[in-house]
Amino acid sequence: MRRVAVAGVGLIPVKEYWDRSLQSLFAEAALKALKDAGTDKVDSVYVANMSGSFMQDQINMGALVTDSLGRPGLPAVRVEAGAASGGVAFHEAVKAVASGYSECVLVGGAEKMSDVLPEAATTALVMSEEQEYTAYTGVTQAGLSAMLHRLYLDLYAEPAQVGMMAVKGHDHSVGCKHAQYPFRMSIDRAMDSPMEADPIHMMECSGVGDGAAAMVLVPAADSGVEVVGSAVATDCCSLAIRRDPLIFESVRRAAEKAYSMAGVKPDDIDLAEVHDDFTINGILSLEALGLAGWGEATKLVAGNATDKDGKIPTNTFGGLKARGHPLGATGLYQVAEVALQLRGAAGDHQVPGAEVGLAQSMGGMASVSAVNILRRFGV
Amino acid sequence: MKTLRQVGIVGYGAYVPMYRLNAAEINRMWGTSGAPVEEKSVVALDEDTVTISVECAKQAVRRARIDPSLIGAVYVGTESKPYAVKPSGTIVAEAIGATPSVSTADYEFACKAGTEAMQTCIGLVGSGMQRYAMAIGADTAQGRPADALEYTAACGGAAYIFAERSAETVAYLEASYSYVTDTPDFWRRAKEMYPRHGNRFTGEPAYFKHITGATKGLLKETGYGPEEFKYAVFHQPNTKFPITVARSLGFSVDQINPGLVVGKVGNTYAGSSPMGLAATLDVAEPGDRIFMVSYGSGSGSDAFIFTAQDALRDKRGGPNLKGFIDRKRNVDYATYLRHRGQIIQ
Repeated sequence: MRRVAVAGVGLIPVKEYWDRSLQSLFAEAALKALKDAGTDKVDSVYVANMSGSFMQDQINMGALVTDSLGRPGLPAVRVEAGAASGGVAFHEAVKAVASGYSECVLVGGAEKMSDVLPEAATTALVMSEEQEYTAYTGVTQAGLSAMLHRLYLDLYAEPAQVGMMAVKGHDHSVGCKHAQYPFRMSIDRAMDSPMEADPIHMMECSGVGDGAAAMVLVPAADSGVEVVGSAVATDCCSLAIRRDPLIFESVRRAAEKAYSMAGVKPDDIDLAEVHDDFTINGILSLEALGLAGWGEATKLVAGNATDKDGKIPTNTFGGLKARGHPLGATGLYQVAEVALQLRGAAGDHQVPGAEVGLAQSMGGMASVSAVNILRRFGV
Repeated sequence: MKTLRQVGIVGYGAYVPMYRLNAAEINRMWGTSGAPVEEKSVVALDEDTVTISVECAKQAVRRARIDPSLIGAVYVGTESKPYAVKPSGTIVAEAIGATPSVSTADYEFACKAGTEAMQTCIGLVGSGMQRYAMAIGADTAQGRPADALEYTAACGGAAYIFAERSAETVAYLEASYSYVTDTPDFWRRAKEMYPRHGNRFTGEPAYFKHITGATKGLLKETGYGPEEFKYAVFHQPNTKFPITVARSLGFSVDQINPGLVVGKVGNTYAGSSPMGLAATLDVAEPGDRIFMVSYGSGSGSDAFIFTAQDALRDKRGGPNLKGFIDRKRNVDYATYLRHRGQIIQ
């Protein structure tokens, strides 16, 4: 396989774009990425989108986005893997370049959640679960996460310790221009907020936002940021039949493979962007990635270990909670943020001396996960 | 917009029903913790938009010191008409003695129906078609149980009688402006009991955009800056929105505080900004310039500039809005449901 590099990064702020279309958000991020890469020689396009077929009644996203970019003719395909769509699309784009089939790939993700009411957004989220077995019961994604959260509290931690995952995300988001909620939030505010699904408080949940992120991938040369590990893994869909529901097996499997490809261990990771759609899922992701021991991730987020100068800086621009979680675009925000860190272009969020970074996203209750590892060239 | 001949308010009145439902009582009911207003007004069993309108209209006539049969137009702006077909305006006009030589109609433009009625009255008087014209904004606002609107949907209204500017004028109109787009942030279809809304869509692209558009439009047209007003009234669906929009437009909290009654009364929909203007007129002094902007979902805003005259001091005696706000009796959630006709015998 050929080595692959990130040649361009484009992000737009996560917010509510009441007067914009889904494709215009994609186009803005994509054009930024192309400008950043200094190329217009794209030969294929991957678009990550989770809920356009439900929220905008829109399928055939590949043709739609190439058209909106003024580039009809390019091969293009939509990648959908629940909330892991962005991470999985990136993985597919990496394979296209690595295989030699493509020389310059545009991979972008866009989601526009503000087109629907909150009830519909809740429905969209639970569409990642098996309809015949799980979703039909009326359970929500918050409800499923709450079961894990409850079990975790019984075994390992106090509510406020898990809540620190959200507090830390908000701390890290301050000053981030593309974050949806760039403000500090105290643990008391999180714990005093209404219950979304007991024991998950409202301020432990990611919000509803619109956004788009894109990158340009090319064969690696001798500079820039290289993709050194990229893997996707799945798990059985139902939490009920997993051996241990607190182990995100798909995250663990994808991480294992990505670490192996990259030739690194969890200890070598300088920063991580993890999938904290709910605080508990961020905690469990840190553990499944091997960045914390089983049942020990709350110890990590309690101190300063996840800060930019800590042992394992995590969610350095705010994570899903504070940067925002525009579903299908989220995984690409994560990878793009890692790329910015490794370029040394993260501004006030810069992790000093960052060389290797990881982005992890998951769909459903981690029934599918993507782990992508990037490295600054020459390290 | 400016009139051909100068128009002013010759009499006004506002009314709030006696009963109140506290936010804590709604929170107790639903296990929630919201408090967009402290409490909201609730009608008595025998009150509706028409009785509220009549209360307001009678005060306005009393303050105007005119023969009500000379009132040539009575327009009721509301989104809670007791009848789907049959005007509220006819009942009000009859009750105050304005019939039969009178034009009446009910106006619907969500929460700005009252100020839309004001624009019409200003036009009728400004053109010389009518000597006196009355505009009322009143509602017994609907909010679905457990919906965010339930905290605020309240009952009350205000009435204004317009006439050509004279020594009898309590506040004269300098100019007005309307700003409208098709923005479906909140609606209630025929035969539905409760309105629906687009949640956060109600804020930025709806309330804030239209109030800002109307305010900037009128300020540009008149050349005034925010500091040239003693008071300002912005449509008040909750306490947060009018304060936020006022600050963003360069108005101070001190300018809007006298008219900010929503915290104690709730959102009276079409009555909201007209009541804010009434509360402001109750404390304003001759010469004070007042800025007022409504907001109605669907969406649009009407903006007005009024300047108080000497007659205001002389005419505003008697029962006033503060008196109606202070006169209250708190009820529990079940009583509230009974008064609002949400449970029936």
